Amino acid sequence: MSNEQQIIDSNLNKDYEYGFVSDIESDTIPPGLNEEVIRTISKKKEEPQWLLDWRLKAFSLWKKSPEPTWANVKYEKIDYQAISYFSAPKKKVLGSLDEVDPELLATYNKLGIPLEEQKMLSGVAVDAVFDSVSVATTFKEDLKKEGIIFCSFSEAVKKYPDMVRKYLGSVVPHSDNYYATLNSAVFTDGSFVYIPKGVRCPMELSTYFRINEANTGQFERTLIIADEGSHVSYLEGCTAPMRDENQLHAAVVELVAHKNATIKYSTVQNWYPGNPETGAGGIYNFVTKRGICLEENSRISWTQVETGSAVTWKYPSCILKGDNSVGEFYSVAVTNNFQQADTGTKMIHIGKNTKSTIISKGISAGKGQQTYRGEVKIMKGADNARNFSQCDSILIGDKCGAHTFPYIDVRNPSAQMEHEATTSNIGEDQMFYCNQRGISTEDAVSMIVNGFCKDVFKELPMEFAVEATKLMEVSLEGSVG
Amino acid sequence: MLTIKNLHAEIDNKSILKGVDLEVKPGEMHAIMGRNGSGKSTLSNVITGRDNYLITNGNIHLENESIVDWTPEKRSLEGIFMSFQYPVVIPGVNNTYFLKAALNAKRKYLGQKELDAAGFLKVIKEKLNELDMDPKFLQRPVNQGFSGGEKKRNEILQMLTLEPKLAILDETDSGLDIDALKIIAEGVNRYRNSKRSFLVITHYQRLLKYIQPDFIHVLIDGKIVKSGGKELALELEEKGYNWLDS
Repeated sequence: MSNEQQIIDSNLNKDYEYGFVSDIESDTIPPGLNEEVIRTISKKKEEPQWLLDWRLKAFSLWKKSPEPTWANVKYEKIDYQAISYFSAPKKKVLGSLDEVDPELLATYNKLGIPLEEQKMLSGVAVDAVFDSVSVATTFKEDLKKEGIIFCSFSEAVKKYPDMVRKYLGSVVPHSDNYYATLNSAVFTDGSFVYIPKGVRCPMELSTYFRINEANTGQFERTLIIADEGSHVSYLEGCTAPMRDENQLHAAVVELVAHKNATIKYSTVQNWYPGNPETGAGGIYNFVTKRGICLEENSRISWTQVETGSAVTWKYPSCILKGDNSVGEFYSVAVTNNFQQADTGTKMIHIGKNTKSTIISKGISAGKGQQTYRGEVKIMKGADNARNFSQCDSILIGDKCGAHTFPYIDVRNPSAQMEHEATTSNIGEDQMFYCNQRGISTEDAVSMIVNGFCKDVFKELPMEFAVEATKLMEVSLEGSVG
Repeated sequence: MLTIKNLHAEIDNKSILKGVDLEVKPGEMHAIMGRNGSGKSTLSNVITGRDNYLITNGNIHLENESIVDWTPEKRSLEGIFMSFQYPVVIPGVNNTYFLKAALNAKRKYLGQKELDAAGFLKVIKEKLNELDMDPKFLQRPVNQGFSGGEKKRNEILQMLTLEPKLAILDETDSGLDIDALKIIAEGVNRYRNSKRSFLVITHYQRLLKYIQPDFIHVLIDGKIVKSGGKELALELEEKGYNWLDS
């Protein structure tokens, strides 16, 4: 039995008797944020001094920083003192799916999530990142043979401190933005990936995150490093059970691609979007994701399908530092009912002959409001940089909105920029055409929307692509007719 | 099959159909001819139940059942098909997917087993052959980048696949060269039998050389002003519509 499995098993068995960690009394820190809380987190995680110092540096900056208001979203002010900043999953691990909320299961079934995964998502099985503590990562042994490191962030801090120290904050500095700064101060766990030189990761690395504990902010930290000539595809899939209170999620993801390396990062995000009638209770998703193509011929590709959360604030970006490096952003975002999303990307061209592609597909329905915000920056030394941007929005109904803010900053005359943008309603003529062929309105919307998203879906790994198509159907259920 | 009585319809408060009576029996092909703006397309849109067209008087029956309260998809599933004058583009959705969804919707409605990919392919290959169409065509997005002729052929392909009781061909000849026209006409003619009815809406009599209707009706200002046999088409070709104006 692998070491990892033993940890899982022992923790599982422990849960009923003692709770998840040995000290059951303190596995959740009481709500509130101050220096003491940060020291406690760091202590609980047995972190080295430098990391505590880094956290404290971030915290002192965060205290002085104003919360940003420029995003095109509205939400009630977050009370950061009402959030608990550390929570190990003391929640009872369920014995079987019979104990799971039937409504949640119905959603899983609609999504066609396999039974094993349903167990995992609803807290029955264990191959997942629960709340703030990573319990397990899969396929560890296979990866080990290739020299690949795929572990929880806390484990990486203990086992590979030099590497963590070298790269942590190297792409998203602790001072980057309000939420990233907060994350730097209080992050609890996340994933760490290192792909050694010349290794092509033999499988897609997949981690499921879930938000489990009411009133617990989620502050994950993910760091992926692809060494020279390596290749990795990372999948992040999220779902969350029903919640009554807003939950803040402020993760940071940093990607580093060395010479000739490729990182493909795919996300399917389906967090609780809030009550469909009132919009109450959904997740706030304020995430900073950024990758750097550090050296020549490297490539970073973001693909995201965002259907959940009440408020989304997210701009997965690429810094194209190495010559001939390539950055890609493929995104489908859905806002239905009361959802709001301000999302897009930044492509910063620094190296010569760098190339970026942005394909963004926004779907608004109900009273959903969606903003595409993208920046393409061509720095002075970025000779022959090229960018292609395509931002399309589709509106379903007349109470939703789509907004586009493309920023383009070109400081080198050799740059080639292309930008295309469209906004359209699902045409009455398209609907009628489908109806006239006997296809119901609901099926027609799903078909048209999936067709609209095709350019992005085809970038997704196979298993995600199937899930994404179904996710669209569920997300847009009842949006017409 | 189709019985239209004293049909009045308007769009945007503008009265278009002003009392249309028409009876199409099983196996019959009727042609509706008339100038632009005479109400031909409105008639087909009203029969298929398009939104925004308001029936203010009269009724439409399909096999003795009033259809005016039926949704467009129910009318389709009950066997009314329209070949569109301007087939609609659906980006990113390939033809196979679309056709299969349509066929399976119908099969489901009729209580038949839905076809899987292989079963569907078998059905569709045969129909493609009939219309001399390249199977590659199935992989292309619905009507996207299709030439005028391809679009119309695609409409007829859908007709052959869905096997309607009543097919409305709305200006099917427009945008077709003579070869495409012949192929389509052959497809339609092969599809004719004693149970299936057609309503052919056309501007010119060109199509009627290849698809011979049993009856021709002339629609002027929302009313059928003259009905006759196929010889009426030749008369119209010769004299135009003006002699029928009141």
